[in-house]
Amino acid sequence: MEARLSIQITVNGKTVSDHVEPRTLLAHYLRDGLGLTGTHIGCDTSQCGACTVLLDGEPVKSCTVLAVQADGTQVMTVEGLAAPGTAHPVQQAFQEMHGLQCGFCTPGVLMLSTWLVQQHQTSDLRHIRESLDGIICRCTGYENIVKAIARAGELAVDEPAAPAASQREGVPS
Amino acid sequence: MTQPVVGSRALRKEDVRLVSGRGQYTDDIQIPGMLFAVMLRSPHAHARIVHVDTSDALRMPGVVKIYTGQDLKAVLPPVPTAWIPPDSDLKMVEHPVLAYERVRYVGDGVAMVVADSREAAEDALEAIRVEYEPLPAVYDQRQAIGEDAPQLHEDAPNNVALHWTVGTETEDTFRTAEVVVRQSFRQQRLIPNPMEPRSAAAHYNPATGEMTVWVTSQNPHIHRVLMSGLLGIPEHKLRIVSTDVGGGFGSKIACYPDEVLVAVAARDLDRPVKWTESRSEHFLATTHGRDHVDEVELAGTKDGRVLAVRVKAYANMGAYLSTAGPGVPTILFGLIVNGAYDIPQASSDVYGIFTNTTPVDAYRGAGRPEATYLIERIMDSYAAAIGMDPVELRRKNLIRKDQFPYTNPFGLSYDSGDYHAALDRGLAMLDYEGIRREQAALRSQGKYIGVGFSTYVEMCGLGPSQVAGAVGFQGGLWESAMVRVHPGGKVTVFTGASPHGQGEETTFAQIVSGRLGIPLEDIEVVHGDTHRIAMGWGTYGSRTTAVGGGALALAAERVIAKAKAIAAHMLEIPDEAVQFDDGRFHPEGRDDRTVTFAEVALQAYLAWNLPSGVEPGLEASAFYDPTNFTYPFGTHIAVVSVDTETGEVRLLRYIAVDDCGPAINPMIVEGQIHGGIVQGVGQALYEGALYDEDAQLVTGSFLDYTMPKARFFPEIELDHTVTPSPHNPLGVKGVGETGTIASTPAVVNAVMDALAPLGIGDLSMPLTPPKVWAAIQAAKNLKGGQAS
Ligand code: FES
Ligand code: FES
Repeated sequence: MEARLSIQITVNGKTVSDHVEPRTLLAHYLRDGLGLTGTHIGCDTSQCGACTVLLDGEPVKSCTVLAVQADGTQVMTVEGLAAPGTAHPVQQAFQEMHGLQCGFCTPGVLMLSTWLVQQHQTSDLRHIRESLDGIICRCTGYENIVKAIARAGELAVDEPAAPAASQREGVPS
Repeated sequence: MTQPVVGSRALRKEDVRLVSGRGQYTDDIQIPGMLFAVMLRSPHAHARIVHVDTSDALRMPGVVKIYTGQDLKAVLPPVPTAWIPPDSDLKMVEHPVLAYERVRYVGDGVAMVVADSREAAEDALEAIRVEYEPLPAVYDQRQAIGEDAPQLHEDAPNNVALHWTVGTETEDTFRTAEVVVRQSFRQQRLIPNPMEPRSAAAHYNPATGEMTVWVTSQNPHIHRVLMSGLLGIPEHKLRIVSTDVGGGFGSKIACYPDEVLVAVAARDLDRPVKWTESRSEHFLATTHGRDHVDEVELAGTKDGRVLAVRVKAYANMGAYLSTAGPGVPTILFGLIVNGAYDIPQASSDVYGIFTNTTPVDAYRGAGRPEATYLIERIMDSYAAAIGMDPVELRRKNLIRKDQFPYTNPFGLSYDSGDYHAALDRGLAMLDYEGIRREQAALRSQGKYIGVGFSTYVEMCGLGPSQVAGAVGFQGGLWESAMVRVHPGGKVTVFTGASPHGQGEETTFAQIVSGRLGIPLEDIEVVHGDTHRIAMGWGTYGSRTTAVGGGALALAAERVIAKAKAIAAHMLEIPDEAVQFDDGRFHPEGRDDRTVTFAEVALQAYLAWNLPSGVEPGLEASAFYDPTNFTYPFGTHIAVVSVDTETGEVRLLRYIAVDDCGPAINPMIVEGQIHGGIVQGVGQALYEGALYDEDAQLVTGSFLDYTMPKARFFPEIELDHTVTPSPHNPLGVKGVGETGTIASTPAVVNAVMDALAPLGIGDLSMPLTPPKVWAAIQAAKNLKGGQAS
């Protein structure tokens, strides 16, 4: 077994210190190390996007990032989008527009969508389709994912202060 | 209640946990002390195993145990198939859980390493040394039945797994017909790729003898039946849990060796064990779909009446028979090759063939896409041959509304429909004349667009169980439901169906809400756990709402009947005088005295004052066996452009008019259709598994197997007609597979329509740019050659 390295990551607003093997992927660390099983692993070639999280506010595929590379960063996973019992505009939009079926691709799609909403890139349906190139969904045919992202953009304009304050701590605006 | 809940676009109850990352998929299971298993898979398509040396691997850190085929062959029976079509001479060859003397496809299991972490297990895998003696391999089914082909199984001479014929006499008609069209179609092999990889986790308690297996299954009770037999654990001690499953599309029907092995290890080591396939493993070791070569003949008149159709199909079964594999190219395909057309004579002649490839089983549509493809494609060829518009030809041959129930040449009884109405609706959405004018105008500029049709019908929600038995399915096809009203008036519904994305936690709650008059949020639907649900058959073949929903409707009616008796007693009026609406019981025609559903529920459990002969409690179950299949139908239309410079096909419009009877939740129905269409278009344009000469899978990852992406598609245009099915209490027809069944031929027909001026009659799927470009070049060269 390889020597473990120490890391400190702020995940969904909470800072954790830990020791990990150098080869441990961020996706595995989140799931196995922190029990945040909302982040899913759908492939082993960085194609599906199910593992997408926000790292310092940018969407990344957590299966292509080593846990040690995330040292000192802010990570947001699907569990951090909203406080229990509340919904982030993106989560609400996916429910309203039936943007998920089996839900397996969904956490990654939601994180990418959150970023698209933050970047104000949700007004053009064609552009949304192009932006989803790093995502594979086998269930929805993407139709309602596209509509949900557009809807999330509208909701975010209507109610900009969506995520619970405690969850936003530490996330760069 | 203001709005009827059945038929409403109620938001999905399951979404609340799924959008917040709080679902529980199998790989999410973590139990203290859990070990991890990984499988060593054969790198050879066909080889003799000379020796397996695990000594180095066993010394690696963290390794607990390694199992090989030799270790297990004496203690574990082979994996059975569960579909034995009658009169098919099916060769039930041995499928060991781990290969012990021969591997038969790349991905065949050779050994399992169990270690205290995934990484340790993977490291050890590389230290296992296997000496193979390679044998010649064959991946193509027609080569496999040829002379001198490598033989896979001693018990299956010439690699023939099954041979099955069905249908009417057609010979005379073909001899005398004015027009005969012949065509051979290849249904390429597809890889299901649900986004959740397969996974299994097992926990055994030696004190109670109880085994729990969490597994990515579409049908946990079928898994229980099969695993009980394999493991020798009786059903009441074997709990299979498949609550959140990330899509299946047929690939999670089968009971796989690796899922059984995890349980074997958990019992043997007295530790929880988990295994999850990687995506690369999924490509190799999870069942594939389709892979037919279909030789099709159609006999007709010069003025467009189809008289007969016959098919000779060569279906690739892969290296072993998967759980439902043998039923797919036979029962689910051969009985419906006449499609939606009134064709007096038809026959199917099917060979199932072993090859050195991953086993083939159901994949969304399972047999019906293959049947629909060949009839919809050859209808277009027939139209071209007699110079008739393909829409006119369809109109002329579609089964008419007044012919239902319609008995097809194979004896299937199509339930209900107005096929012409769906076609007309689709044409109106399209503006057919307009598109033909545009096409002509563009052609004169050297630009090619095409329009393609698929006026499909399919059969789903198979049953009754007597028919299941008659067609060799080794199980029943009824479904169970239990409605349990709690003392406080809230309800838990237990269903034997096992949805994994289809949304029945919501639609089933709607069915109950509509009947009992209680709000959706007061109803919880439980599925996918054999300890909570007595028995059931799972979710596949678009059966869940038609059959499972039927059972639920009956169970809810039984609850109401009992509640009415109790309410009558409370109201001190005769049973017949009680009216029940909006969750309240009151005397017929009077509103001044009422008891609520919750009050009746409480009284049912207090039992202080029940009518004589009425037992306490308020719950009812139903085991519903449908009277027949359901037959959803519709018209799908694709409009494409073909870039002659690059060969690229672009989908410009996609129109679908489907009829699945009354929708319980139109939003969910639309979602099913969207997803199905995109999957079917995937087959037409993008997806295809390829093997090389050594039967190595070339398309073994998302890098070389093209999955449909969002940017490939325009917005899908949907509409519906509504024709209830008389075959179940809800009148519904299945809708989970229609999109996949209908869309593939619609798109290919559109591409061929675009390329018709170039004289290209057929191309094999997927219609990738290089393939289309090459065909265009060849056609141009040919034309050039002729001109000069
Ligand atoms: S799991 Fe990260 S891209 Fe597929
Ligand atoms: S919802 Fe199932 S993969 Fe996207």
